[in-house]
Amino acid sequence: MQNSIEANARSTVPKASGSLLNFMKKHYFLYLMLAPALILTLIFKYGPMYGAIIAFKDFSPIKGIMGSEWVGFYNFEKFLSSPNFEVIFMNTLKLSFFGLVLSFPVPILLALMLNQVRRSAIKKNIQLFLYAPNFISVVVVVGMLFIFLSPTGPINQIFTWATGEPMMFMSRPEYFRWIYILSDIWTSAGWASIIYVAALANVDPELHNAANLDGANLLQRIRHIDLPTIRPIMAIVFILAAGGIMSIGFEKAYLMQTATNLPTSEIIPTYVYKIGLQSGDYAYSAAVGLFNSLINVVLLITVNFIVKKLNEGDGLY
Amino acid sequence: MFIKHSRLDRFILALNATFLTLAVLVVVLPLVYVVIASFMDPSVLLSHGLSFKISDWSLEGYKMILTNPAMIRGFGNAVFYSVAFALLTVLVSICAGYALSDDRLKGKGFFMTLFIITMFFGGGLVPTYLLVKNLGLLDTVWAVIIPGAVNVWNIILSRTFFKGVPNELREAANVDGASEMRIFLGIVLPLSKPIIFVLALYAFVGQWNSYFDAMIYLDNPNLHPLQLVLRSILIQNQVDPGMISDQLAMAEMKRLSEIIKYAAIVVSSLPLIIMYPFFQKYFEKGVMLGSLK
Repeated sequence: MQNSIEANARSTVPKASGSLLNFMKKHYFLYLMLAPALILTLIFKYGPMYGAIIAFKDFSPIKGIMGSEWVGFYNFEKFLSSPNFEVIFMNTLKLSFFGLVLSFPVPILLALMLNQVRRSAIKKNIQLFLYAPNFISVVVVVGMLFIFLSPTGPINQIFTWATGEPMMFMSRPEYFRWIYILSDIWTSAGWASIIYVAALANVDPELHNAANLDGANLLQRIRHIDLPTIRPIMAIVFILAAGGIMSIGFEKAYLMQTATNLPTSEIIPTYVYKIGLQSGDYAYSAAVGLFNSLINVVLLITVNFIVKKLNEGDGLY
Repeated sequence: MFIKHSRLDRFILALNATFLTLAVLVVVLPLVYVVIASFMDPSVLLSHGLSFKISDWSLEGYKMILTNPAMIRGFGNAVFYSVAFALLTVLVSICAGYALSDDRLKGKGFFMTLFIITMFFGGGLVPTYLLVKNLGLLDTVWAVIIPGAVNVWNIILSRTFFKGVPNELREAANVDGASEMRIFLGIVLPLSKPIIFVLALYAFVGQWNSYFDAMIYLDNPNLHPLQLVLRSILIQNQVDPGMISDQLAMAEMKRLSEIIKYAAIVVSSLPLIIMYPFFQKYFEKGVMLGSLK
């Protein structure tokens, strides 16, 4: 007992130099703590990165990753020259670009509006409601879309009453993006307003009082006090979203797909899933996925460069 | 001292209140509709839509859902996956975050880079699937729980938290001769309840609401979580054969399928809806911690 205490006491005294192994022996506990995360990351994050080389091979599961033959960029060329490429690529880009443009301002507006609610009890209750859809699963959200927008659903009861016939919302390709984006705003705009609300709550009320005394009206105060306060956050949120524009999720689009809306609803992630896991064309699917990842990385590096410029050297990483 | 509102200001404030009310209605009305519809008599719902007469209400939808074996199994599986996933995620991220917050850890920069790279670049769907398959995890509960358990964001969050714990606490204990493990378990961990709670909540909710990993890794319907069962009911329109006995005609199936959907939505969302108001401030705390990078 006495010995171990002494050993511990000594271990805290920094040594001028020592081999790494010696050091690790002394602080093995820290490395032990790090080990689970490290091992899981190496297996489940770096493992697939190694596995992604099948994109450059004529992969057959029987021969394995090493045994399969190299084919260079064949799979990439196959994708880029396929008739599907342009449609799927543009679908992905359009869905996330329009999504970004339409969704971005909503949380800001909500936060500015919430900030004007003086009674904190009322404000809290409004927030409670606005945040709630964020906790509804994507399956339920899309399920509700199918129910509400079905030819006999509540929305179409109004349409039928007004125009005489129902609108085929979920099966017509021209509505897919609107439904996707608007329901996204419904789910997440409230939740996304949190950081803006918090930033606005930190504005010194004296600023508003002083501006009020000087004769500034409400809109002027919002424009010249509130907006500048949240502008840095707006910039970062926007740039992060712009950087992730090609990393749009699979889950919702896949659920919303119907046989007839595919001309707009087929995006790269759903395509990767279908050709890879449903048709078993592993190598080709991996190549398409890798292509998407590469675009993402390029976008992120560009975006980080811009953030660094804006924040005077403080990048995201 | 109070702000004096001009007439223009008061007009804008009134407009503001109107728009906020509208926003709340847009969010709440669909949910209220689902809840009311779930209590309707299925025939009335099909022929007339919502009704507020007590005689038009029934619990038929809930009877179907709560006696449906697939739903019950899915609910149980979802509880198991969510709890196990939350436990594992918290354990892994808290430990790693603690180690990485300690300046004595050599190679900290290297490890951080190793983690952060995975935030921006991944092997992709197919290589991940093949790996899980080769590890023999396909069609086991581990496929849903383990691969997603390391989340760099969570590690960074807990590292940020531990950096805020005064170093003097650790040093004082060290001088007293407490072992590293005792310092962590006895002193730092009790202080970390807020971060543990936030991480666990997010992991639980994330797992509860997800269907994708289960869809690609689990073939065995006995292992399917609630969201996959919901998907077949809500989106694929496949009412489990066990739910409506074979003798009943297609018409009966059609009559009940709507009400079953509404009831399924309510039942599956119930745990989170009950949890949410109590834990709202912790969820918000998670967002705020995250924005500090």
